[in-house]
Amino acid sequence: METFWFCAVAVMIAAYVVLDGFDLGAGILHLFVARTAEERRAVLASIGPVWDGNEVWLLAAGGTLYFAFPALYASSFSGFYLPLMMVLWLLILRGIAIEFRNHIEGPVWAPLWDVVFSGASALLAIFFGAALGNVVRGVPLDASGYFFLPLWTDFSAGPNAGILDWYTVLIAVAAFLTLAEHGALWVALKTEGVVETRARRAAAGLWWSVAAAVILITIVSFRVQPHLGESFANRPWGYVFPLLAIAGLLLMKFSKGLRAFLGSCAFLVGMLTSVVFGVYPDVLPSIGDPSLSLTVTNAAAPRYGLEVGILWFLPGIALALGYFVFTYRSFSGKVRL
Amino acid sequence: MDALTVHRIHFAFTITFHYLFPQLTMGLALLIVVLKTLALRTGNPHYNQAARFWAKIFAVNFAMGVVTGIPMEFQFGTNWARFSKAAGGVIGQTLAMEGVFSFFLESSFLGAFIYGEKRLSPKAHWVAAFLVFLGSWLSGFFIIATDAWMQHPTGYLLTAKGEILLTSIWGLLLNPWVFWQYLHNMIGALVTASFVMASVGAFYLLSRRHESFGRTFVRIGVIAGGISCCLMLFPTGDRQGKNIAFHQPVTLAAMEGLFHTEQGAPLTILGQPDMAQQRLDNPLTVPDALSFLTYQRWKAEVRGLADFPRELWPDNIPLLYYSYHIMVGLGTLFIAVMLVAAFQLQRGALYGSRPMLWTLMLALPFPYIATTAGWITAEVGRQPWLIYGILRTSDGTSARVAEGNALFSLIGFMGMYTLLAILFLFLVHREIDHGPEE
Ligand code: HDD
Ligand code: HEM
Ligand code: HEM
Repeated sequence: METFWFCAVAVMIAAYVVLDGFDLGAGILHLFVARTAEERRAVLASIGPVWDGNEVWLLAAGGTLYFAFPALYASSFSGFYLPLMMVLWLLILRGIAIEFRNHIEGPVWAPLWDVVFSGASALLAIFFGAALGNVVRGVPLDASGYFFLPLWTDFSAGPNAGILDWYTVLIAVAAFLTLAEHGALWVALKTEGVVETRARRAAAGLWWSVAAAVILITIVSFRVQPHLGESFANRPWGYVFPLLAIAGLLLMKFSKGLRAFLGSCAFLVGMLTSVVFGVYPDVLPSIGDPSLSLTVTNAAAPRYGLEVGILWFLPGIALALGYFVFTYRSFSGKVRL
Repeated sequence: MDALTVHRIHFAFTITFHYLFPQLTMGLALLIVVLKTLALRTGNPHYNQAARFWAKIFAVNFAMGVVTGIPMEFQFGTNWARFSKAAGGVIGQTLAMEGVFSFFLESSFLGAFIYGEKRLSPKAHWVAAFLVFLGSWLSGFFIIATDAWMQHPTGYLLTAKGEILLTSIWGLLLNPWVFWQYLHNMIGALVTASFVMASVGAFYLLSRRHESFGRTFVRIGVIAGGISCCLMLFPTGDRQGKNIAFHQPVTLAAMEGLFHTEQGAPLTILGQPDMAQQRLDNPLTVPDALSFLTYQRWKAEVRGLADFPRELWPDNIPLLYYSYHIMVGLGTLFIAVMLVAAFQLQRGALYGSRPMLWTLMLALPFPYIATTAGWITAEVGRQPWLIYGILRTSDGTSARVAEGNALFSLIGFMGMYTLLAILFLFLVHREIDHGPEE
């Protein structure tokens, strides 16, 4: 039962990263692939009708995490207090930049929001990467299951770590590059003309740095968190997840259009599920005393809640998927301004 | 300031700001459905144009609701970690349901509604508007169910270790507290939207622009407002009051400023609670009325604050007392204004009555004030409990988040929200100034 909810939350987070990931990526590249007012409108139109729905996956994942693993929600949200507050401010800035930009034409208003949109998207990608890095590395949990991390200390990934250390910064950079690539493929898919050409060129260029970053973070992750290696050694079937990521990476390189974008989706899902598989059954590893780690069992809500949850969750998610199919179908093809 | 105070102000500030937007969204979504229905029924493009105008205001308002709503969900974990750990298994259910059942619905069909009018048939476009309305009202339900559970917990079991176990999902969703609270709150959203619509209409009529739209907006605003304002007092407000009298008697005493138990307790219209002297200064009261309204007997006994141990008293009684009286006072005035306006409308005299149009135009901020005052009544009245009778507010904060860190984000939110408020007013002002004419 706990494992079911663990998987459900992981799938929802993966859905968030894949879907809002291309919004963020489009934001990162916005200033570079689109130069004129019309080109910028095209990039924004490629995410305009969907970004809010995509972001709801974050909320739904958060809500599910909240009721299925309340101890984890409480511990991680209060422990990562400062960066989460900044994430909230960035989400606010990005949201209003997308929604308010097109209300007024003019040489001051729109460029301002373009910069806000791009900057907030870039910083969000970096913060989400750093968050993932922290979950892999572990945090200094105390006996009551809480912790509090400062933004940085001495940048070592040791017991005295901050949110930002050399390892989490590395993951953050990798996340930034990966989402930029993901966004480039999306923009190329949805636009025409110079924007499409530039996005395509950006995607091709970024691919090499993404591949390099992946190799690097794979090597260092196994050293920072030895538990990852044990998981794969004990349950070798888990290699399907990294294989999925590699397949996605190759598809991104050797195909075009929708297939390349789907390759990028597979790559993101593969990377995330590898991490999740690697840390399982921990949900938040402790630095230092491993018996203090939060796990799927000690962080889970009591049984009754988890059982009735399934009764409404499955139909609810089926409905949500239905809306998504409807939205993306009515919005398929290249954007028209 | 200690950390507890900062966390409380943090929550109060951000939720109060957030709720300024959904109250209009939820009310306006219903009025937009009314406009779309009129368009379908009469075939008159005037109503579609009116709906398009309100959809623009809706979109700006909705965006504000979305970006200020996300911090609310996060804050349960960031600032109220011990509360979340204890109660997450219960209230997490309703919060997750809100995401799964309503936010997905709303966000998906809002796009279809705003961008899709040309591509969808008139009926399909009506359906899109209706689904946005449904999504926002569902969202209201789940969040009110969450709050109702904190006011009056049901369907749970408290273990010896102090854990709160959910034992019945229906107990949570069909909590007897939810019913009246939900109706009162949602009709309150309709009050806000009606006043906003009537106010914009009155503005157009007084400035002699877009006059045909001005008349439509005033007419719909006054009809919807007249009905909804009456429903606020009776039955919904009355029943909320009875729930409090029954389940939170100490809160009732504090709201009414009743310091001593009385047979035939008076209803206070005006007066200032004097905490040092334990009495109401300068009282203006209706004798026996409180007893009658609560128990339907003029001489029934109503217990005063002195009957309850001090540590069960809400910790800010004057604030509770004033916010309650502001809500009820404004509610009474709203009924008066809307009924007079409805009378003039029926006589055909409203569109020419400048004093009434001025009143309607200037009334715009007051439903927002009444709603905020209502929420302060509910939340301050719940003190010192975070979950009534189970968990004290002081035991719910994040123990590891220091005062300085919480203050940092509080100041950040204050700055950010000041900016948002300016942008919002600027954009909405532009839309209203531009008007419905294309
Ligand atoms: C337009 C706004 C508005 C207006 C005109 C009124 N209210 Fe209200 N009231 C609210 C908006 C509101 C609210 C903000 O929506 C609250 C807060 C919690 C809730 O569910 O609704 C509320 C709560 C609320 C409560 C519960 C407080 C608690 O839970 O502790 C009571 C007893 C009343 N109201 C009573 C009244 C009465 C007797 C009114 C007479 C006219 C009235 N309200 C008008
Ligand atoms: C589901 C809906 C809501 C929930 C779950 C909720 C929960 C809470 C929590 C956790 C606190 C902090 C603890 C405390 O100081 O009492 C609080 C306080 C407060 N909330 Fe709510 N709230 C909800 C809706 C609202 C709304 C819509 C408003 C106003 C618009 C509001 C106004 C306040 C205020 C003013 C306080 C401060 C009370 C005080 O410090 O004494 N709440 N609420
Ligand atoms: C602590 C309490 C609250 C939390 C955690 C919360 C959470 C949220 C979130 C996350 C969103 C954004 C949804 C999106 O992305 O589409 C949102 C918007 C919304 N909220 Fe709240 N909210 C709270 C209080 C309230 C209350 C009291 C109401 C009404 C009764 C309400 C009604 C809405 C509605 C209708 C929306 C849709 C957007 C809008 O209308 O502006 N919320 N809320």
